[in-house]
Amino acid sequence: MNTEIISVIFILLLTFILAMPLGKYIARVYAGEKTLLDPVFNPLEKLFYRISGINISKEMTWKEHLVTLLTINIVWFLYGMLVLMNQGWLPLNPDGNTSMSADLAFNTTVSFVTNTNLQHYSGESGVSYFGQVTLMLYQFISAGAGMAVAAVLFNALRERTTSKLGNFYDYFVKSCTRILLPVSFIVAVILVFNGTPMTFEGKDTITTLQGDTVQVSRGPAAAMIAIKQVGTNGGGFFGVNSAHPFENPNYITNIVETISIPLISIALVFALGYYLKRRKLAWMIFAVMTAGFLLFLIPTIYLEMNGNPAIAAMGIDQTAGSMEGKEVRFGSAASALWAIVTTCTSNGSVNAMHDSLTPLSGMFTMLGMQINAFYGGKGVGLLNFYIFIIIAVFISGLMVGRTPEFLGKKIEVREMKIAMIVFLLHPFLILAATALSSYILYNNPDYGWLNNPGYHGFSEMLYEYTSSSANNGSGFEGLGDNTPWWNISCGIIMLLARFIPIIGPIAIAGILAEKKYIPESAGTLKADTGTFGVMTFAVIAILVALSFFTALALGPIAEYYSIAS
Amino acid sequence: MKNHILPATLLTLCCIVFFCGIYTAVVWGVAQLAPNQGKGETISYGDNRYGFEKIGQSFTNDKYFWSRPSAVNYNAAGSGGSNKGPSNPDYLAQVQARIDTFLVHNPTIKKEQIPAELVTASGSGLDPHLSPQAARIQVARIAHIRNIDEGKLIALIDQYTDKPLFGTETVNILSLNIALDQLKR
Repeated sequence: MNTEIISVIFILLLTFILAMPLGKYIARVYAGEKTLLDPVFNPLEKLFYRISGINISKEMTWKEHLVTLLTINIVWFLYGMLVLMNQGWLPLNPDGNTSMSADLAFNTTVSFVTNTNLQHYSGESGVSYFGQVTLMLYQFISAGAGMAVAAVLFNALRERTTSKLGNFYDYFVKSCTRILLPVSFIVAVILVFNGTPMTFEGKDTITTLQGDTVQVSRGPAAAMIAIKQVGTNGGGFFGVNSAHPFENPNYITNIVETISIPLISIALVFALGYYLKRRKLAWMIFAVMTAGFLLFLIPTIYLEMNGNPAIAAMGIDQTAGSMEGKEVRFGSAASALWAIVTTCTSNGSVNAMHDSLTPLSGMFTMLGMQINAFYGGKGVGLLNFYIFIIIAVFISGLMVGRTPEFLGKKIEVREMKIAMIVFLLHPFLILAATALSSYILYNNPDYGWLNNPGYHGFSEMLYEYTSSSANNGSGFEGLGDNTPWWNISCGIIMLLARFIPIIGPIAIAGILAEKKYIPESAGTLKADTGTFGVMTFAVIAILVALSFFTALALGPIAEYYSIAS
Repeated sequence: MKNHILPATLLTLCCIVFFCGIYTAVVWGVAQLAPNQGKGETISYGDNRYGFEKIGQSFTNDKYFWSRPSAVNYNAAGSGGSNKGPSNPDYLAQVQARIDTFLVHNPTIKKEQIPAELVTASGSGLDPHLSPQAARIQVARIAHIRNIDEGKLIALIDQYTDKPLFGTETVNILSLNIALDQLKR
């Protein structure tokens, strides 16, 4: 039991230690400075730009950045629909899996384009190998697009007045090739040598020791599993994601996969510090994020290791913790760690079934997604956090009677309006959609969407929309979600919740960048102090608690009291 | 927007070739050096191939160490957990039934000794492992049926227990049960 906790601490420390140098490297990449991998990637990227007819020295305004982002996303959406609806007859389909229905293909394509990776299909039977490799492409490029947007934010926060914020294609391609690719490759190689399959052969048939005949799914899994972790995508090769013994064969791979979820998200925070030469600001952000993260992690580990009180009442030995939906090779502590890491960072891969988590652990995973800024997704986590900073700056300014300023730029009504719209969108989408689905189910109980009765059933729906809106992609998988209603409603939410929280912060940053730079004076509210960190934390806690407490009280909190010993 | 469509499409094509094609091919190439060329490691004894080392199998016969309950009955054509919530009354009744069944087949064991993992389904439905403790409480039953000394079985479990530096101790049930069959001969 103690080795489990020591292992968790080790994983976290190693993540932080690796994130710092990686952050420095990312800052150098975005600043266009020399890096170790230049000899490999300079010619490759030049080739990309020559074929595509792109001139990366042409800088873009914030509006041009957004137009470019949206255009390329439309291209991606069309290509994804095309492949998924035709995979049945396309090559690389040894298991003979069929093409997707239109609503499922819509949901899946949106899900992968938006970096969500909500999966209403099961990998073994729902996609061909060609489909899998195509989905893997999205895991690179959707993460790269998120990081490119973060790079635009970095550029906009510099101390100057400008409307030119770098070139989108440049940031996007570099994010994919120089950051995501090398890290994914290392992870993929580790996985391959630990027993994760990487083959184009189809299912194998075996006769078990007891004499049963079963089939075993395989496929080119290792390449995809690496980037699904590294890019905070989360869409697994097999149905049960990293709980599958091929997808995550042992504790070592579990350590590697756990670290690779938040690694780049944390590194981006440090990269911000290096890029702006404001290391203290980066540490403030990192401290607030980590404090929030630990606030969810510690009780979740405690609860999962303590087990299910309803099973404890049966009088059996629960020293291993709550083991329903968990694998013996990971144990309950490492499963709890993964559950919180994956929900705080918008990843959504799982190594244990979240539907079977004890009630309050389920709540902490939902809270991680509802805040969606404690590390957060690739690039977008930082954008979400930026919104909270803007709100905190404004409220602090009002409290002490100073003009709200952030990094030498005055924050005015227009920026605040955008920030509030972006913030309110997330609770609005989640709560309205959950309410609507509850209403529909109440009137049509024969739809049978839920796998569990009572409070937990409500949690299943709340979780699904929270996950969609957070672009997370994990689920309380008992929910019968491959129906037109869930496919389409989740698809629309994923789209809105991906692009509005990108457009908003980039608009704010772009508008601020065009404003006059006011040098720091004695009257400036300093953003890189502990006090401001506490203020930001308080803003996050209050806003999110006010938005979600009632819904959580109906689901996980009520369930907790129903089985509390 | 219009003048971005062509470059965006061409850049996407470059990404398709590079990430779907070259990246995948390179990882596949590396896999050729890995155990069983990345096709999944199998366990064979003599001429018999007993399955994949990493994929659990259903063991319900009293003469073998039982594996954990599985929501997909260990059919690795798919995978899945039960997704039962902790308060679901049907689920809790099912766990109680598993406890009762275990006690019937293992009359020398007391309820307090049954580890939770033996009566709960894994996340994947393909969990290849048990905790050493979950294997040990099955020793009396197997020793009785196979007419083997209990000490021998406990030694066998120890031999097949993986004690890693980090994480939990595990026993691969397929390996253990194959070894059990060899022990008899």
